[in-house]
Amino acid sequence: MRGQPSLCDVLTPRSLDEALSLRAACPEARPLAGGTDLMVPFAAGRLPDRLFLNLWGLEELRGITVSEDEVTLGALTLFREVAAHPLLQREFPNLVRSAKVTGALAIQSRGSLGGNIANGSPAADTPPSLLAYGADLELSSLRGARWVPYAGFHTGYKCSLLASDELITRIRLSRSREGGFHYFRKVGTRQAQAIAKVSLAAWGRVAGGRLQELRLALGSVAPMPIRATGTEGILLGQPVTELPFEAAHQALQADISPIDDLRSSARFRRRVAGNLLLEMLRGLGPA
Amino acid sequence: MNDFAHIGRSVQRKEGRAKVTGAASFTDDLRIEGLLHGATVRSRVPRGRITGIHFEEGFPWAEFVIVTARDIPGKNAVAHLMLDQPCLADGVVNHAEEPIVLLAHPDPLRVQDARERVRVDVEPLPAVLGIEESLRCDPVIWGQDNIFKTILIAKGDPEAAAALGHLRLDATYHTGAQEHVYIEPNAIIGEASAGGVLVRGSMQCPYYVHHALHELFQLPLEKVRVVQVETGGGFGGKEDYPSMLACHAALLSWKAGGRPVKIAYDREEDMACTTKRHPSRTRIRSAFAADGTLLSLDVEFLLDGGAYMTLSPVVLSRGALHASGPYRCPDLRIRARALATNTPPHGAFRGFGAPQSLFAIERHMDEAAQRLGLDPADLRRKNLLCTGDAMATGQIMRDEVDLVALMDRALTEIRYAEKRAAYPVLNATDDPVKRGVGFSVFMHGGGFTGSGETMLNSVAALEGTAEGQVRVLAASTEMGQGANTVFAQVAAEALQAPVDLIVVAPPDTGLVPNSGPTVASRTTQVVGKLVLDAGLAMRKTLLEAGLLQDGDVGTAIRTYVARHGALRTESRYQKPDFVEWDDATYRGDAYATYAWACYAADLRVDLVSYETQVADFVAVQEVGRVLNPTLAAGQIEGGVAQGIGWGLNEEVIWRQGSMANHQMSNYLIATAADLPRIRVFFEERPYAYGPGGAKGLGELPMDGPAPALLNAVQHALQVVPRQVPMTPEVLMDLVEGG
Ligand SMILES: Cc1cc2nc3c(=O)[nH]c(=O)nc-3n(C[C@H](O)[C@H](O)[C@H](O)COP(=O)(O)OP(=O)(O)OC[C@H]3O[C@@H](n4cnc5c(N)ncnc54)[C@H](O)[C@@H]3O)c2cc1C
Repeated sequence: MRGQPSLCDVLTPRSLDEALSLRAACPEARPLAGGTDLMVPFAAGRLPDRLFLNLWGLEELRGITVSEDEVTLGALTLFREVAAHPLLQREFPNLVRSAKVTGALAIQSRGSLGGNIANGSPAADTPPSLLAYGADLELSSLRGARWVPYAGFHTGYKCSLLASDELITRIRLSRSREGGFHYFRKVGTRQAQAIAKVSLAAWGRVAGGRLQELRLALGSVAPMPIRATGTEGILLGQPVTELPFEAAHQALQADISPIDDLRSSARFRRRVAGNLLLEMLRGLGPA
Repeated sequence: MNDFAHIGRSVQRKEGRAKVTGAASFTDDLRIEGLLHGATVRSRVPRGRITGIHFEEGFPWAEFVIVTARDIPGKNAVAHLMLDQPCLADGVVNHAEEPIVLLAHPDPLRVQDARERVRVDVEPLPAVLGIEESLRCDPVIWGQDNIFKTILIAKGDPEAAAALGHLRLDATYHTGAQEHVYIEPNAIIGEASAGGVLVRGSMQCPYYVHHALHELFQLPLEKVRVVQVETGGGFGGKEDYPSMLACHAALLSWKAGGRPVKIAYDREEDMACTTKRHPSRTRIRSAFAADGTLLSLDVEFLLDGGAYMTLSPVVLSRGALHASGPYRCPDLRIRARALATNTPPHGAFRGFGAPQSLFAIERHMDEAAQRLGLDPADLRRKNLLCTGDAMATGQIMRDEVDLVALMDRALTEIRYAEKRAAYPVLNATDDPVKRGVGFSVFMHGGGFTGSGETMLNSVAALEGTAEGQVRVLAASTEMGQGANTVFAQVAAEALQAPVDLIVVAPPDTGLVPNSGPTVASRTTQVVGKLVLDAGLAMRKTLLEAGLLQDGDVGTAIRTYVARHGALRTESRYQKPDFVEWDDATYRGDAYATYAWACYAADLRVDLVSYETQVADFVAVQEVGRVLNPTLAAGQIEGGVAQGIGWGLNEEVIWRQGSMANHQMSNYLIATAADLPRIRVFFEERPYAYGPGGAKGLGELPMDGPAPALLNAVQHALQVVPRQVPMTPEVLMDLVEGG
């Protein structure tokens, strides 16, 4: 290990209020949730941070609450908790599937949804599902709490709306999804412990033979998890028996901007993203 | 069926309990008084001239032990076959990650920090980064022509035979480097002073390390002592590299006045800097008669050896000797060369060159079958070696093994005929998941190549203790494969004693004779036989002393030792009478015996993601007598997993001669979720010169999976894959056009 624990300090607040005060007072303290992202660059000696704000014990950030119209998840909700939740399994299967293909059991028992979002990796597995379900995020600071649509949260590679005194505190999903269809697929080459090369999550609703609602989101094809709004625009309102496959495929290629890196090539990502879209659309059409 | 008391039974692992409970101590677990922690400053460029070494100003360097090439007391070389590889680069660097400066400090984190504060100025020189550039001598970086070794195996007249061919096929195959990913990264503790050198650590071959330290320090042999500590896997990766690490730790200790120094690599450093499987390029030109009879083979087999010779000539030799596969071919030529490139030296890895050349020939046979309009099984039926046939070197196949029957057993198990016919029909629908079934037939020579075993001249011994136990004394190491358990079984069998009576002494060059390196599938077959013979000799001694009347061996030993002070028997390698080998002409018995196998795979390729999933895998092999079924099956399953990884997803990505993806998150070995159930079957034909009839089997399972998988891909997609790893990216290009 090349990280130097002796040079580091950890602040451990006992309440969310105390955490927000510390966050305001020491913006350089890096929030530390499950630590499953942070531990990797730390061990390699590549994490510049020396001070950490430990969120792990904050009960206010835990738990999944269900109301008539919404499900609210604390930022510290673990993948394992998402995967085991019966209502999420029924109404938000994409989120459950993406949690189940994140790392493997150890990571799922320690990694949090808030961390998955805040880390800002374009390859993270739950963001496309959250985007497809139109999630909102609660960002809190001493100044107060605000709800923002998750779709606008990431503003660039590892950049977001999160201010230096804010924490992600909750994630909200609106219910009433009966009659909808759900598609999620991660392509990571390995069946577990894989970082996505491409992933696609979609949610939509067909009514009167037409595609009335659609949200399409992808991972690992842009500097951040993205919604494919151009593609959505081409498909919305179209009869499911005559979906414009070719135009949608072209629009998707314009929506994404993948790169070559150690894990794959831009060419591969473009083609597989297109294949996933077509697979998703075929699932919509008449059998 | 089984006439033995211990042989052929799944006796529990000797060290199993300690490993499972965590009681086993690996090198990094040892608590040592006054220990210093070492670290290595390395080259960042593949080739260049060192123009300066700068230590950051204002940093407390006085707290550190610092070693450069100038501090080396003897010759600056890590001795393997040659002395071309420096222990620390001096003046020039020949590969990225080449060690230049060593540092040590009592605080392991301080020394990591310090490593970033040493700057080495290197004026880059043009580098050779692959087989093609090396062949073009553009530029020459080693010797006269970049060639470490050339081998020619020739028989008959391949050109004339090819002229009569109905089908002539010319194809080139590529295989990539592979990282071992043993669980425990390399780690060594060295202590060195004028009084002597002691090195303890994770290693396969204590006497190789001993040899390197002896050359480096120029001390008398008995002043160098090497002890193997519990070792968490090797797969060949701890065959030659520990010599380098041992030299480094010992040099730091030498400079520190004899204080112990530990160098334990973390995963990133281990993956980036230590050896990997040799990348290869194999061109095969073949000719077949219309009925599928193989008429001639002309094989050019090239290995990328990296920057220094290390073991490349020997790897090349095994690869060349397996290049014609298990086939009868009257007219053939195999030309093999190991080439220098400016990458870290490639080294031993389970299979040792054979997986590379067998991949090529086994893919080639399926291509030929397709071109001839024959089923791959029928093509092999025509050409598989039979007992009494001549192999490439003129070796007469003595093993009484029926390869066609072996193949048919695997094909029956995987339901080959049925799937071969059914899958093309299923694949014609627009389901993006395509199915294929394929297989490979292959062999693996047990023990050192040619006259290697005779030159090793190995010795193993048994010693009775005052407590009435028997200690096995051998330099062969336990690294997770089960050597200690097999030795105990064999010794107990010979002595007609319980297995618990046998203990295996730690491989310590101060204590054990040189039974040779723990490599080449030789430990059970060759050293196991020495242990058996030493056991028989000990039993004879006890019988002659009249101590075995009541049959209690423990009491007999205790009495003997009490009476005579000591009880020790030894056995030295004797080659089987029939073995004749000529190193100059490459004619004769390349190996005393071979293990034989047919592996078959049933797989799915998803044309949405281009991912390949193995649905079923059958491994049928003939390995002589199986000494311990659980351990043997474990070896096969592990080797198959490694072979599937090499075939599909384990890609070393090179950037400027250095492994860019040196992390487990982006070098993708198979997880349990990626593997099928591996169904293992043994045919047992006792081998007269192995202990209880056993042959070597450790490397065999690495040879077969990759070609079997790619043959199944050919069946599934009607494409012609010629390279591994066949990653989804490669497959996409094959299917969709590059
Ligand atoms: C072996 C392994 C496998 C993995 N596999 C996957 C995978 O398959 N898919 C995947 O998506 N990820 C994977 N990851 C990455 C990681 O597990 C996830 O991103 C996880 O969700 C991170 O959550 P955490 O709570 O551990 O975050 P931490 O590591 O604690 O934090 C991550 C980042 O988020 C910030 N942060 C955390 N919580 C908050 C908050 N409430 N408010 C503001 N900022 C916050 C931290 O400051 C840090 O920058 C893997 C990691 C490992 C080590």
